[in-house]
Amino acid sequence: MGLLNRLNDPIGLDGIIFGTVEDLLNWGRSKSDWYLQFGLACCAIEFMAVNASHFDMMRYGCIPRSSPRQADFVIISGTVTLKMADRLKRVYEQMAEPKYVIAMGSCANSGGPYWEHGYHVLKGVDRILPVDVYVPGCPPRPEALQEGLILLQKKIRMEEIFRKRKRLAEEDLANQMNYK
Amino acid sequence: MSEKKYIDIEFSQLDSERMRLFMGPQHPSTHGVLQLEVELDGEIVTDLIPHIGYLHRCFEKHAENMTYPQIIPYIDRLDYISSMNNELPYVMGLEKMLDIQVSEKVEYIRVIFSELNRIANHQIAIATFGLDSGAFTPFLYYFRDREMILTIFEKASGGRLLYNYFWVGGLAADVHPTFKEDITEAIRIIRDTNAEILNLLLKNKIFIDRTANVGILPADIAISYGVTGPILRASGIPLDLRKAEPYSIYERFDFDIPVGNGEVGTVGDCWDRNIVRFREMEESCKIIEQALKTFPSQGDVRENVPKRIRLPKGEIYCKAENPKGELGFYIISDGKDKPERVKVRAPSFVNLSALPEMSRGYMFADLVMILGSVDIVLGEVDR
Amino acid sequence: MKPNEIFKELKVHFGEEITELVENPSSDTYISVKPEKIDEICRFLRDNDAFKFDFLTLLSGLDLKEKLGIVYHLYSMELKHRLVLKTEVPKDSPNLPSLVRVWRTADWHEREAFDMFGINFQGHHNLIRILCPYDWEGYPLRKDYKEPEEYHGNRVPY
Ligand code: SF4
Repeated sequence: MGLLNRLNDPIGLDGIIFGTVEDLLNWGRSKSDWYLQFGLACCAIEFMAVNASHFDMMRYGCIPRSSPRQADFVIISGTVTLKMADRLKRVYEQMAEPKYVIAMGSCANSGGPYWEHGYHVLKGVDRILPVDVYVPGCPPRPEALQEGLILLQKKIRMEEIFRKRKRLAEEDLANQMNYK
Repeated sequence: MSEKKYIDIEFSQLDSERMRLFMGPQHPSTHGVLQLEVELDGEIVTDLIPHIGYLHRCFEKHAENMTYPQIIPYIDRLDYISSMNNELPYVMGLEKMLDIQVSEKVEYIRVIFSELNRIANHQIAIATFGLDSGAFTPFLYYFRDREMILTIFEKASGGRLLYNYFWVGGLAADVHPTFKEDITEAIRIIRDTNAEILNLLLKNKIFIDRTANVGILPADIAISYGVTGPILRASGIPLDLRKAEPYSIYERFDFDIPVGNGEVGTVGDCWDRNIVRFREMEESCKIIEQALKTFPSQGDVRENVPKRIRLPKGEIYCKAENPKGELGFYIISDGKDKPERVKVRAPSFVNLSALPEMSRGYMFADLVMILGSVDIVLGEVDR
Repeated sequence: MKPNEIFKELKVHFGEEITELVENPSSDTYISVKPEKIDEICRFLRDNDAFKFDFLTLLSGLDLKEKLGIVYHLYSMELKHRLVLKTEVPKDSPNLPSLVRVWRTADWHEREAFDMFGINFQGHHNLIRILCPYDWEGYPLRKDYKEPEEYHGNRVPY
């Protein structure tokens, strides 16, 4: 209830807050991040447990979406194989910006138990996607995944939207110049 | 007013174009990373090709490079919903080759935990099947109950999902002191919930309409495809290895084998598969209750665990009734401390191969139901 | 029926095709056969009223250094007995008849054996890779297999 507390501001003007638009946007984005409903391996069962009654992921504002185009972040819950890697990349590309990735479990982090002889296992999903939060464990406990979610929300809250936009625009311009 | 013209068409002569549709690997109801290539005529499924291997984690390669006890954690990760059941045939096979007799207490704990895990597996199977058919409540109820079973496992073994608990010659650790009371309480709650789910989901008119007479698998085709487990029993064949070739101490307990009998539709349809799973939960409860009555609380569970495992030269096929069917390990040893070859007979792999046979001629929307009723785990299909 | 009785019966019908009965005290007994007529032997085992092996439990490939092995685990639902058949093919021409027309479950099992060992089952209608990607190279479970350095731009070793 951070916002409501700020509304009782000592200035004496009820209902008026001082802050930046960026704060408001970030607050909104971090509290309603929808995720892609997507399970890969054993970790997906713990992920399902987080969704279900005991741990209740929806109270963080996370709602499952079945289409990548509606999702804000994706939880890579399990082993990514080489056959799956191309598909995973495509799923990630279909998601709309801004998008985030949580790598859940040691398989997604680094290949996990299959790091040595797994000729068909991708040793860490960060070889194909940019990962924001790593959750270690094999499988991570639901509490660990919840902590990962909170960390992701923290990360979203600290983002600098306008500066980033400006930087991206400059980069774009530079790219165009180079192209010419 | 213009005259109405009727076009005279023989519908059988209409030649519609077949459509190919890809479903998965990222699809909410493929239960993991499975890709189905579906050929459709309008809305009718005319052919189906499953593309598997998206979770091929090279288990058999790992097994060749690991010592015998090191393989057990990898076996957990095959069928990750019922890890306890997975470990059982493997350790039984090794014990048979090494000629180790495990104590009475170990056998009891193994049976009790296997049956508890069978309940947990069937809970997930029915819960996700309900989810596929649009019922969210059973999912929440069953996951609430499953959490209780996992807590018992966690107290005993330290893991919530993957246990590494059954060791060759014994168990990793003794059970906790409140083991009996915990399980008695859990069974009471499981039974309560099941009574509720029966009315909520399985006897629900909408549910019956969607699942009865859908995805029928006749018994002879099931046998030819090598299908085992609840799917085979739903087709009317009472084959259960716990009864057919009793292992461990299963012959001491009194339980029935539920078979499908087409109560609301035809024998071997989706509804039958689910009711068979549902009734098996009750049978498991019965076994656990009987086992708890005669449970020997004295004894050391690690006294027979060998320090170093070196199998004699030879080979063995060891099998057990997994929640999904007959799980077998074919272990070949050449006298070293690592196996020469371990081959898994994964029940889901075999059961999935019968999917095209089950789904041809049904509507596309029914395909989700049929796939859900097969209850596959991709970790085991692809290994 | 015990494996030695089945062995005698098979010997009467197929003679030279059936090589030996291997018995070992601590492990399973198996019958080793020649690969050329494996489909006929299996059909006989399935249809004969004394055996009724209607269930192929498992088909596995093996790497035996110089040769490749194929092992069939059979089960009879009605008579509740099991049997293990073993056969060998040379590594440079690993050909033997397919069993898809005897038991349909052999379809995927044979595809897997092809995928992992490169065993060529003649008469199989769709012998393509099943677990590895369709453009994978090499047969992973052979003992001399080296894992690739790269696949589709992704580094494979750790
Ligand atoms: S990290 Fe462990 S539990 Fe998670 S997918 Fe990998 S093997 Fe399974």
